[in-house]
Amino acid sequence: MIQHYPALVVILPLCGAALSLALTKIHLHLGRNVIFLSMALSFYMSIMQLRNVVINGPMEYRFGGYAIPYSIEFRIDTVNGLVVAMVALMGLITAFYCISGEIRSEKLKVGGAYAVVALFVAGMLGNASSADAFNMYVFLEITALAAYCLIALGGNRGMVAAFRYMLVGTIAGTFYLLGVGILYSATGTLNMQDMSIIIQQGGKDEAVLVALCLMIAGLGIKSALFPFHGWQPSAHTHEERGSAALIAGVMVKIPVYMLFRFVYCVFGTNFKYMQQILIVLGIFVGIGMMYGSIRAIGQTNMKKLLAYSSITQTSYFMLGIVIGSPVALAGSLLHFIGDAFIKGGLFYCAGAIKYKFGTVNIDNFGRIYKKMPVTSALIVAGALSMIGIPPTVGFFSKWYIAMGAIQTGKYIFVILLIISSLLNAIYFFKIIEKIFMSKDKGLEDVRPVKKGELPWSMLVPMSVCIVVIFLLGFLNVKIINMVLPLLKGVGM
Amino acid sequence: MMTGIEQFLADKGIYYLTFLLLSFGVYGIIACKNYMKKLICMNIMQVAAIVFFLSLGQKKGATIPVLIEGLTNADSYINPLTHALMLTAIVVSLGTTGVGLALLTRIREKFGSVEEDDIIRRQNKL
Repeated sequence: MIQHYPALVVILPLCGAALSLALTKIHLHLGRNVIFLSMALSFYMSIMQLRNVVINGPMEYRFGGYAIPYSIEFRIDTVNGLVVAMVALMGLITAFYCISGEIRSEKLKVGGAYAVVALFVAGMLGNASSADAFNMYVFLEITALAAYCLIALGGNRGMVAAFRYMLVGTIAGTFYLLGVGILYSATGTLNMQDMSIIIQQGGKDEAVLVALCLMIAGLGIKSALFPFHGWQPSAHTHEERGSAALIAGVMVKIPVYMLFRFVYCVFGTNFKYMQQILIVLGIFVGIGMMYGSIRAIGQTNMKKLLAYSSITQTSYFMLGIVIGSPVALAGSLLHFIGDAFIKGGLFYCAGAIKYKFGTVNIDNFGRIYKKMPVTSALIVAGALSMIGIPPTVGFFSKWYIAMGAIQTGKYIFVILLIISSLLNAIYFFKIIEKIFMSKDKGLEDVRPVKKGELPWSMLVPMSVCIVVIFLLGFLNVKIINMVLPLLKGVGM
Repeated sequence: MMTGIEQFLADKGIYYLTFLLLSFGVYGIIACKNYMKKLICMNIMQVAAIVFFLSLGQKKGATIPVLIEGLTNADSYINPLTHALMLTAIVVSLGTTGVGLALLTRIREKFGSVEEDDIIRRQNKL
């Protein structure tokens, strides 16, 4: 059975999405519960497959059982096993979080919204599992289509933001597709391992360089890397409350993972133009780290602040790719996994405060900790991790990235990383100061009937985020040791 | 015997044309002020990528990839894989256009226009 897990992890939420609308017609919550069940099973399977990968080595799943260059392959190793588990857990808890946002009077809207969330998660899971360049394009577009719908659910401004993001996202998708086309014409295969063998024989360096540039542009737009970030702040500010965590916390990371796959696993460090590519990326990353932090300091809308902060975080993951030593790549991956829960968690908090008080302006947050202890705890945990204070995961991941930079003699990045972290501290301490010390603005509860801080469906995901932020911090050595053997094979 | 220009058109002409089409699409998305026109330009851009893939599969003097008796040589058939891939890409582009049109309908309902200037003006009022 376990050899089928890589496929089942993706197929289950996909089936849930397809069934949800029809089942909702029978009973309001039937479709939703089927989706919860499918996501929970998918999460369980992703954990089991990760365990299997750690013990027995990489898993390959070939659809239809054809030989390698002809079949679509799902390949799970320790790196994407971790990514898949992260996406599955975030998907599951976000689906729970969405319970509070249901419009119970309209059956179809409930079923449809959950279907889109499940589709979104299935797209990202597929993207992380796939080892086929074109298959990745399809999953990338499935994710993007679901994301447009989820952003559009966020009201009038959300619709305009979604439309604009759709135009930009489609340009990105087309660039990626053209990159795949050039790679296919140069190598005659779409399987990434096969492709890497043919590229490393050399002789077609110029053509595949164009493909790599197109992919960097396409995936850079999708992940809001610095010069391509224009769509991101408005989309993240206006998107629907429940899904914000998935879009901001997970979706923008998947293209970075794909870029890692292409740069290190397909092109490899012996690629003729690798140094030049890494220098260009290094410039983007260096400016992005500063730009995101500086823009975030000026924001008073918490969602917008987090959106600009996302640009900085994307630059941190890319920093690992730019440095390229195994330790830095491992640190980048740890940051990648951790940040899903940090950024996701902070978006849960923004959504929770909006749910309770109807505002996301941080000037109104005065002494909110008395009314919302769990939310405040998560904001503090997330902020500490974002700045990089032990024992949260953010400290260890930045530590490994900096260690990689020192080992390879790229000291400039260490300096930039520290300055950028200090800038993070400015705006996160501003939020913490508002929550704990500012004057109470006497916010009115927009839902005064309900007792307690928040509904349990919101508290559970937030508590999971707090636990994971610290757990990943304590388990950092284990995770690094788990992925290091693989990264040593591909890194510099 | 082919002249220089014929040789160029036969070898690389189609790639220049698809690149031109792609540039038109991207330029249109940036320059047009009307959201409907932007959507159309998006489609043009996607068509460029599709034509690019299809031209990769072409061979001189080859026929459609259906097995014909007596023709066993792979050179006699055009590459069917790119066509199969583009079938998927066309479905993706259809889905994107569908979502785009649905969004535009809603935007038109809420803002009364699909002109970017009007929408921004209305947004600031809301």
